[in-house]
Amino acid sequence: MSAQPDVAIRIDSLSKRYGHFAALDGLSLDIGRGLIFGLLGPNGAGKSTAIKILTTLLDASAGSARIAGFDVAKQPVEVRRRIGYVPQLLSADGALTARENLDLSARLYGLRGSQRDDRIGQALRFAGLEDASDHLVRTFSGGMVRRLEIAQATLHEPEVLFLDEPTIGLDPAARRTVWDRLRQLRSDKGMTILISTHDMEEAETLCDELAILHQGRLATAGRPDALKAEVGPDATLADVFVHFSGAAIDSSGHASEVRASRAAVLRRG
Amino acid sequence: MWNFLYAVAAVAGAELRKLLRDPTELFSRAVQPVLWLAMFGQVFSQVRGIPTGTLGYLDYMAPGILAQSVLFSAIFYGIAVIWERDLGIVHKLLVTPAPRSALVLGKATAAGMRGLLQTAVVYLIAVLMQVHIRWQLPAMLLVACCVFLGSCIFSTFSLLIACLVKTRERFMGIGQVLTMPLFFASNAIYPLDIMPHWLRTVASFNPLTYLVDALRGSMVEGGLHHYPLALSLGVMLAVFGLLLAGATRLYPDLAR
Repeated sequence: MSAQPDVAIRIDSLSKRYGHFAALDGLSLDIGRGLIFGLLGPNGAGKSTAIKILTTLLDASAGSARIAGFDVAKQPVEVRRRIGYVPQLLSADGALTARENLDLSARLYGLRGSQRDDRIGQALRFAGLEDASDHLVRTFSGGMVRRLEIAQATLHEPEVLFLDEPTIGLDPAARRTVWDRLRQLRSDKGMTILISTHDMEEAETLCDELAILHQGRLATAGRPDALKAEVGPDATLADVFVHFSGAAIDSSGHASEVRASRAAVLRRG
Repeated sequence: MWNFLYAVAAVAGAELRKLLRDPTELFSRAVQPVLWLAMFGQVFSQVRGIPTGTLGYLDYMAPGILAQSVLFSAIFYGIAVIWERDLGIVHKLLVTPAPRSALVLGKATAAGMRGLLQTAVVYLIAVLMQVHIRWQLPAMLLVACCVFLGSCIFSTFSLLIACLVKTRERFMGIGQVLTMPLFFASNAIYPLDIMPHWLRTVASFNPLTYLVDALRGSMVEGGLHHYPLALSLGVMLAVFGLLLAGATRLYPDLAR
């Protein structure tokens, strides 16, 4: 099925329109297997839209995308078997314990019997929550919930893991722990990890490669050091970000467009 | 098929666990049936203003109040689903390979089980009010089936509305607007025969009417069906099938 086994995610001319506003406007991007890949871009650039299409939550208006060789529009169930997703909000169910949250996900991923119990045990160890496994999640800190969610999203050992701003709102220590867990998944399981982020430190220290989106299009992509070198000898990643997303703002500053994009962002909630 | 039922059971099990961990809602929801039976029912059984044949008015209305408590607790199910959407829980369920219909049916099953617990509370109140309950096992099993099915219908209806309106504020408004007409345009507290013609027509399209009618013939001594039991059950099954199909289609919209 997958012509190129080294490509985990293949995005081809992907577009998503809301009326006249294009949240994604012909995005094409290949993401290699086993990479931690960061999507950067200002608010409304299309990061969340792209992740929703790739995780089969949203239909594209045009173009196509393949995950591990399977088409997200035509083979959504095959795609869902091979991906994990951690939404931006802390989405573990606070009224359930850590173990119960994991158990629900494991069952929905079709894990049975001793395999299910083994994976749940591994997941609790991975998240460092063995001692808190039977506590209600609403008593957890933000970092504990995030670790639980990553464990929950990887119970079925997916090929690709998606995380929407994985460390937003976490303290620096919790952030580092989350990064360590993601690196561990990449090195132990060879997982491909796609994150969206606004955090330049996260983009620089965690991600192997980056893509900067602007107004639904790809502004640039590459390794963090290559991107910096492209902009200037002493450029920081923040300079790269402003260079690629700021430059485009100058060329299309119509208030009506800004209003349309804001309205569309609000609509998508 | 087994995978499907496995996913249904997983969703229903998680919901039931949450309910049993915090059962206060079961009891707070029991306040309303107490008010209806103890106040409204007592007054109207004195007045004898509503012709209920040989059946006393309290016995007549008890199945209606049971159906009402099923309706009122199930109709706010959508609020919980909107809450889950705002938290991203819906997104997380939808990226699993579990069939979407299994997710929706799991929620409905949980509502059905909640309805059964609610029924135990209403029976307790009814016994205290000296309602003549039929204690025969087949009759009670029939009540349980009807309550389960009724809870599935109204919770799935609620889920469908939640998928359409998507915000809590709008849902609260619509929830209030829907429950009272559903209740009064039914045979819950007065018979179809005394309704004006137009209201009787409306009531005959109201699934609550069939739930009440099926319960009335099985819950209390001397209670009579207006419609054949098979018709009531058939209507309820058909309505639930349609709602399930609609909610399965719309549920993924919550993640958009």
